[in-house]
Amino acid sequence: MLAGLTRNERDLSLVILTALTLVGLLMAVAGRNDPLGVHGGIVMIICILAIFAVIANYYKPEPGEDRFDRYYDEPTKFGIIIAMIWVVVGLFIGDWVAWLLVNPNLTFDAGWASFGRLRPVHTSGVIFGFGGNALIATSFYVMQRTSRARMPDQISPWFVLFGYNLFCIIAASGYLMGVTQSKEYAEPEWYADIWLVIVWVAYLILYLRTLARRKEPHIYVANWYYLAFILVVAMLHIVNNLAVPVSLSSAKSYSLFSGVQDAMTEWWYGHNAVAFFLTSGFLGMMYYYMPVRAGRPIFSYRLSIISFWGITFFYMWAGSHHLHYTALPQWVQTLGMTFSVMLLVPSWASASNALLTLNGAWHKVRDDATLRFMMVAAVFYGLSTFEGSFMAIRSVNSLSHYTDWTVGHVHAGALGWVAMITFGSIYASVPWLWKTKTMYSPRLVEVHFWLALAGTIIYVFAMWNSGIIQGLMWRTYNESGTLAYSFVDSLVAMHPYYIARAIGGLLFLIGGVVAFYNIWMTIRMAAATASDTPRDRPVPALQPAE
Amino acid sequence: MTTPFGFHYRLERKAIGLVLGIILVASIGGIVEIAPLFTIHQTVEEAPDMRVYTPLELAGRNIYIREGCYACHSQMIRTLRDEVERYGPYSLAVESKYDHPMLWGSKRTGPDLARLGGKYSDAWHVAHLLNPRDVVPESVMPAYAWLARTPLKTDDLGRHLAAMRKVGVPYTDDMIANAKDDAYGQARPDTPFAEGVTKRYGEATNVRAFGGEATVTEMDALVAYLQILGRLTDAAHKTAKAGE
Repeated sequence: MLAGLTRNERDLSLVILTALTLVGLLMAVAGRNDPLGVHGGIVMIICILAIFAVIANYYKPEPGEDRFDRYYDEPTKFGIIIAMIWVVVGLFIGDWVAWLLVNPNLTFDAGWASFGRLRPVHTSGVIFGFGGNALIATSFYVMQRTSRARMPDQISPWFVLFGYNLFCIIAASGYLMGVTQSKEYAEPEWYADIWLVIVWVAYLILYLRTLARRKEPHIYVANWYYLAFILVVAMLHIVNNLAVPVSLSSAKSYSLFSGVQDAMTEWWYGHNAVAFFLTSGFLGMMYYYMPVRAGRPIFSYRLSIISFWGITFFYMWAGSHHLHYTALPQWVQTLGMTFSVMLLVPSWASASNALLTLNGAWHKVRDDATLRFMMVAAVFYGLSTFEGSFMAIRSVNSLSHYTDWTVGHVHAGALGWVAMITFGSIYASVPWLWKTKTMYSPRLVEVHFWLALAGTIIYVFAMWNSGIIQGLMWRTYNESGTLAYSFVDSLVAMHPYYIARAIGGLLFLIGGVVAFYNIWMTIRMAAATASDTPRDRPVPALQPAE
Repeated sequence: MTTPFGFHYRLERKAIGLVLGIILVASIGGIVEIAPLFTIHQTVEEAPDMRVYTPLELAGRNIYIREGCYACHSQMIRTLRDEVERYGPYSLAVESKYDHPMLWGSKRTGPDLARLGGKYSDAWHVAHLLNPRDVVPESVMPAYAWLARTPLKTDDLGRHLAAMRKVGVPYTDDMIANAKDDAYGQARPDTPFAEGVTKRYGEATNVRAFGGEATVTEMDALVAYLQILGRLTDAAHKTAKAGE
């Protein structure tokens, strides 16, 4: 994999890795009485392993100048494999914590095994580990194809992928040790946050440099979405994570903002992590892979413009709907609600643009599980954006907030939209990348599709039921005008739904394992056939999709 | 091509144009909604009686954060009749003025804790944290028995207070210098250190043996924090009375 680097790039990667090893050493020494020291050790070990990997390839022949005739897909392949590892881990932890709510005694009297520490491992594992790696991997693929240009160098994509996964590993291992800022979906502490900024800037520069090399006069719509994902996530990440560390030898920091300002900043971040990480980036994915797989052009260019700018503008106002009826001033709540409702317009414009693209290809949707993954994703995108706008209405939110309904809503989006579009895109790209005709087993893709769909539906219905029952029980009065149910009454009523949810999650997890196996076998199959044909034969630059 | 689409047709030929356009369009919402929260005076109420967290309570709060308690417990009572009747007066912005970060939460797998302080005895909290099902048989909360076995790390509490001061919490030099002793004193009323806690943080501060072991444990700190929830100021109760 690393043999594709030129000698200069191999040298440069050794310099970067050595510098990082030293940073790890400094962290380990300064933080020897603190979780920061453990993280220093982890950084050192990972960097040293990477150094060995580079050295093992150091004296291999350099790639020829003809590499510029091909796209650089090694990082995409690596990213897809890593994403599939993260999804299995993230889904497993998710289902495990779901069972913890059924049987809370499974914590082995150990801090790391309790719900509060494992839950962010699940959320970060699936959002950042799976989603982030899939976004980075597919964005490398898409930006080269739609620009008809190879990435400018071979070290930047590896830096981005390696650095990003280092961030993810620091995040997940930190939670197990109790290192967290407690800001939802922005839990990693200050040093991890700084590192992510460096990686992210490298990512943006790589993206812009590739676009600058494009042979197409226009920048294709998928790239707008990937660009918005990169830019706005950077903005959100930097503002929301402003903090003062206790010291340079401590993992702990105190956020710059407090109370109501901190709450607003956190949900401005939190909701737009949904918007720009979980929506914008994946719309970029959809705008490339769906038309290519369906063999149809995007239904409407104008609709894509309207929805792109609508999403980019409206979403940023919507975060305050997480804070209805709280100590946040009412004018901000009202703005949040208003923009959340308006957001339905660009969201449904995107969803219908996707579904109308399939007109003329519905027979393919019937026969091809990969395309069906993408179609169902677009449907769930439409459903969960409708639900989101609905739940942002203040009076609806008074019932839904703090309940499992929110959890159900998030998973309709995360499982139904994000994971489905990603699985569809990965199933589409694996045979293209590894140059096989199809996946190892198209039947297993079909199996995965039904497992994923069944799991999602069971999960979402369980949480709708539990959330609405919970919300109603909390606000029910008896005839004498007092509250009818204690909190514990509502908790007991949740039990059957918590079991159902954990079963739904289990089906989705099994689907993920099936996908991992299928992809693994496809790669093995490719390796077996590749040994018969000459390796590295130049593949001419492909035409872009549209 | 009509004008807006014609403009876009040209815009999408320029990567830098797209970049600037995205940054501009995406910035407006946050600027309009967040920036005024720092400048409009009425956003956070006045509460002259508001006190800061003691070092022991702050350490307890950090354990609450470390264990991810906020994932299942909110600390924000909404302005709804059933919430006020279930949990107490609705939360005011000023009550989390010194909360870096805030712990309002987003989910109630367990009940809201904004007014937990003083509702149960220390012994109840210890028993509940050792094994929640001993006191609430239906509970799905994890047991936190190891907190009672883990001595509290107090030697760097002064640094924690100093960092809090940097972000705007009015800790005095005296408080920072004595943070470690105050953490010990608050949990050990029979030692000479106890006096300093009342001197620096006020007469109303809870000074008592929260968990009761010989060394100050993480359990003591967490219980001290849980017992101060909603009691840093009386502002919410005053507002509730005024509204009646």
